[in-house]
Amino acid sequence: MPPSLHTFLSTDLPALLAATFAAVSCALLGNFLVLRRQSLMGDAISHAVLPGLVAAFLIAGTRSAWPMFVGAALAGVVTVVLVELVRRLGRVEPGAAMGVVFSIMFALGVVLLERAAARHVDLDADCVLYGQLELIFWFPPNTWSDLLTLDTLSQFPRQPTTLAVVTLLTIALVTLLFKELRLAAFDPDLATSLGFSATALHFILMLFVAGAVVASFEAVGSILVVAMLICPAATARLLTDRLLPQVLVSVLAALISALGGYALAATAPTWLGTPKALSAAGMITTVSGVLLTAAIFFSPTHGVLAKRLRHVRLAITIAREDLLATLYRLEEANQPPPAAAQSSVLSPQSFALRLALRNHEIEQTPSGALRLTETGRDAARRLIRTHRLWETYLVEAANLRPDHVHDTAETLEHLTTPPIHAELTRHPPPPTDPQGKPIP
Amino acid sequence: MTGAGCWAAATSGQWTSSIAHSLFPPASFSELLRILTLRSGYNAAVVILGATLLGLAAGVIGAFALLRKRALMGDALAHATLPGIAAAFLAATALGGQGRSLPVLLVGAAITGVLGILAVHAIVRHTRLKEDAAIGVVLSVFFGLGVVLLSYIQSLQQGNVGGLSTFIYGQTAAMSRADALLIGSVAAASVVLALLLMKEFRVVCFDDRFAAAIGLPVGLIDLLMMTLVVIVTVIGLQAVGLILIVAMLIIPPAAARFWTERMARMTLASGGIGALSGYLGASASALLPRLPAGSVIVLTAGALFLLSMLLAPSRGVLTAALRSARLRLHVALEHTLRGAYETLESQSPAPPSAPPPPVPLSAIHAVTTMHPLLWLLTKLSLRRRGLAALADAGATLRLTPRGLAEAARLTRNHRLWEEYLVTHADIAPSHVDRSADLVEHILSPDLVADLERSLRARGELPTPPPSVHPIGKGLRT
Amino acid sequence: MTVAYHRRPVLWDIDYDAPDRSLIAIVGPNGAGKSTFIKACLGLVPKASGTVEIYGRPYREQRRLVGYVPQRESVDWDFPVSALDVVAMGRYAKIGWFRPVSRAHKAAALDALAQVGMADFAHRQINQLSGGQQQRVFLARALAQEAKIYFMDEPFAGVDAATEAAIVAILRRLRDEGRTVICVHHDLQTVPDYFDHVLLLNTRVVAAGPVSGPNSVFTRDNLQKTYGGRLTLLEEAAQAMAKAGTSL
Repeated sequence: MPPSLHTFLSTDLPALLAATFAAVSCALLGNFLVLRRQSLMGDAISHAVLPGLVAAFLIAGTRSAWPMFVGAALAGVVTVVLVELVRRLGRVEPGAAMGVVFSIMFALGVVLLERAAARHVDLDADCVLYGQLELIFWFPPNTWSDLLTLDTLSQFPRQPTTLAVVTLLTIALVTLLFKELRLAAFDPDLATSLGFSATALHFILMLFVAGAVVASFEAVGSILVVAMLICPAATARLLTDRLLPQVLVSVLAALISALGGYALAATAPTWLGTPKALSAAGMITTVSGVLLTAAIFFSPTHGVLAKRLRHVRLAITIAREDLLATLYRLEEANQPPPAAAQSSVLSPQSFALRLALRNHEIEQTPSGALRLTETGRDAARRLIRTHRLWETYLVEAANLRPDHVHDTAETLEHLTTPPIHAELTRHPPPPTDPQGKPIP
Repeated sequence: MTGAGCWAAATSGQWTSSIAHSLFPPASFSELLRILTLRSGYNAAVVILGATLLGLAAGVIGAFALLRKRALMGDALAHATLPGIAAAFLAATALGGQGRSLPVLLVGAAITGVLGILAVHAIVRHTRLKEDAAIGVVLSVFFGLGVVLLSYIQSLQQGNVGGLSTFIYGQTAAMSRADALLIGSVAAASVVLALLLMKEFRVVCFDDRFAAAIGLPVGLIDLLMMTLVVIVTVIGLQAVGLILIVAMLIIPPAAARFWTERMARMTLASGGIGALSGYLGASASALLPRLPAGSVIVLTAGALFLLSMLLAPSRGVLTAALRSARLRLHVALEHTLRGAYETLESQSPAPPSAPPPPVPLSAIHAVTTMHPLLWLLTKLSLRRRGLAALADAGATLRLTPRGLAEAARLTRNHRLWEEYLVTHADIAPSHVDRSADLVEHILSPDLVADLERSLRARGELPTPPPSVHPIGKGLRT
Repeated sequence: MTVAYHRRPVLWDIDYDAPDRSLIAIVGPNGAGKSTFIKACLGLVPKASGTVEIYGRPYREQRRLVGYVPQRESVDWDFPVSALDVVAMGRYAKIGWFRPVSRAHKAAALDALAQVGMADFAHRQINQLSGGQQQRVFLARALAQEAKIYFMDEPFAGVDAATEAAIVAILRRLRDEGRTVICVHHDLQTVPDYFDHVLLLNTRVVAAGPVSGPNSVFTRDNLQKTYGGRLTLLEEAAQAMAKAGTSL
């Protein structure tokens, strides 16, 4: 086995697996938190498990998995219950109730931790936040043949294995309860009335969140857990409109964040010239933020840029149609065709002019005047007709005043889809519009 | 082998025995007193004073943020300061300056903190994501970026990142005298500004539409409020730390809300709770330097919250429970008396007169359906007030003449109300206590006379019997 | 004026001139844009196009002349203020920045509370008031504004009969003092009793005019037009506009 592969197997593989499993399980659960507007519950739980962990450690005296898991899960459940209690009994609004509970729990955890540390036991609050991905390692055998023996595999670090189990359980939960979770996220009251108690589902979900938080925190830190609960789901929410694709996309986003973030953190020394790798958990979080930012800007359906682009395209269409209609109206009034007006090269008008010329809808006479071609005239006639049909409709059906409808019709004519057009002409239109102009 | 992780192996065993001792090591009482009375040296006194003023400012400004329902915005803001602190450190060091100067770091913190808030606003405004997701995203991503920058600073090995990580958990001990003065004076100034704007904040928090309709610039007022939140967060970083500073903005006002129904008083109470937490927390931190000040301050505030939630007179949980128990007892008492009276009525055609015969308990519906504990309390209360006593080995209830008068009065009021609701239901005021003593105080005398006439016509108007004893209050027939 | 939410027009080309010194009801089905109309008049939702003028001048210049009673559900009644505090808010525009509420303004607020028969409840916390009493507090706040024109969003919603009668009496008094009140109103039965004018609205003005008399627009025919279904074409066009992201 080549030494580089050996290094990979010993340091990178376990950490990568831990990060990936943590990211995937959190992202799966996050979809439902984001939809139920309880994203911050993940944040609250991940802070609030700290006293549970420390207490379990102090009581059991070991840091083996089970007592810690039980302690943290208990703390998670206590948090959920306390938040509900403070909210209902104390009549405190939900966000504030969460803030009160998780900050007190976290403060309690930090104090316990520091006092424990004073007794020569190195418990470190920082690792709860950042995790210690870099410190998970494995001593793999030197030969391929020994790789898959029971002995070597049993030495595989605990964190990735635990996280793999948690991920499998989460996948099972989401698969089995997909329909129920979707219903409860969309309409909790309906879910309850149909016999799927929304409260019970809420607690199941929270229990799993607590489980994922506990399994993840030691490896990746609570900050990464919070990020993975929210960012991939939010990213997916901007890219899809249905829940199943959203869940799948969120998993993909989580995978990209975990692998990409880890790779960036590991290769940072080479391109930054620093001697040590950067925080992998922080980098994975950052990558998930970058993915979300990209989705915010570039999502084809909901992205800021896509909306902007649609807007520009529409502006050009409108300018082109206005140009054709103006020329038509001038022809109708027997006025001479105008010359092309000067407008900025980047304005919608100038794009529209070039577009119309290229489509042979208008042509330029040698003197520079603009004139409709036969194709252009047909298109213009259709537009004018739509415009005047709208005016008629607005006055007759909607009771608007005849001297008011021109501007509204001016906008609507550009947005008239074939079905709307069919609807407009369902009744035979009168020969003239409200202003007495003929409807072509 | 498994990863070493950050939980270094403990030599267990001795643990459980000494937890309590280790958590609260004995400190001499005189030392504690010296610190609490600010006599433990000028430096410590200034730091404690700074933390107190900080708590005051956080409490006052947090009250507005809570009432504006922006409590968790502070959390996003606080976490978003980390990359700013790290970047300011890097920039200051690169420019050859002193990286760890507090004003420089705080300016960096404020810049990214504000960026964080703007990002939350932009996400809510321009995407379909809701506020909770936006806060969570900003909080985690900015913090993650900060962690990356911190690890970069650490890898440069220029300096000790430990100096920067005090901002995460807070360390009053790391505060210099100048720092404390800066923090204290900024805190005091922001409290003054917040109190001056009390009226504007009140109307925007209660009804922002109305505020806009009367021409107040709601956006500007919100901006001022968020600016104050930014200021408190940033100056609180060193004392409380960025994870827990949000607690100082939320817990004191949430606790204060239990004590009062007035915004001005709530704001002051919140400031007081915050100041007390800051004072006690910083003192404890001075006593036990390893204890992170932020956590102690937050735990103090948390204890005050718990006390308020349970015991506050107006909205406290226990007081409310007590009040409702008292009300139930009151209602049970009245039902029992009325039930007894109605049973007496059914026994003889003449109106019941003193001394009335004993009434079998089994005939009183209210008693037979009452929870045993409630019945026990009702019995005691009836006897204590001299209204009735049990007879025949607990099988019957014997009303005293006074009890009979009271029962007649209750029955009369009840029937008047019933009659009123039946005949005048369309104009019945809502939220009326129907067992109300004083029908006359709510309805006009003419109306009461009318109602009495129709009840008397049907022979349903109870007349209290002539009594030698003084008759209960509010009785007029 | 035209009003759009998220670029989807909800009110089309409203052209309405409210008569002075009158009680005006805005009537129409759910989702007809009645509340939006009021909010747009007060500048609380952006207008896609158009202007609002109060006595011939732009609304911004005349804001002092306008009073507002929002829907009761629009605020959190558990908020820590007393009835008097809420009514005093009506004076804030007159008080100005930074200054506290002076005794004179408090007296004016108390007077407004007395006018709605709530003087005894001045220091009650607002969540201890019944729905009708809360509505009266909102009305008192508007009275404290001492405006010429009042916009009220469903002042009769969820109040008891006694409060309803009290509110009607106050509205009539306001009119008799020469003020104008524009109310979103739900109960068609009471329109002729309570109001002088009516604006029939269903995403556009169906009809506007006196409630009774020879020129009455409060006719069966007009009501049928108002409530009889939506204009599907306009809705589809609105949908198309929202999708295209354009505005009028």
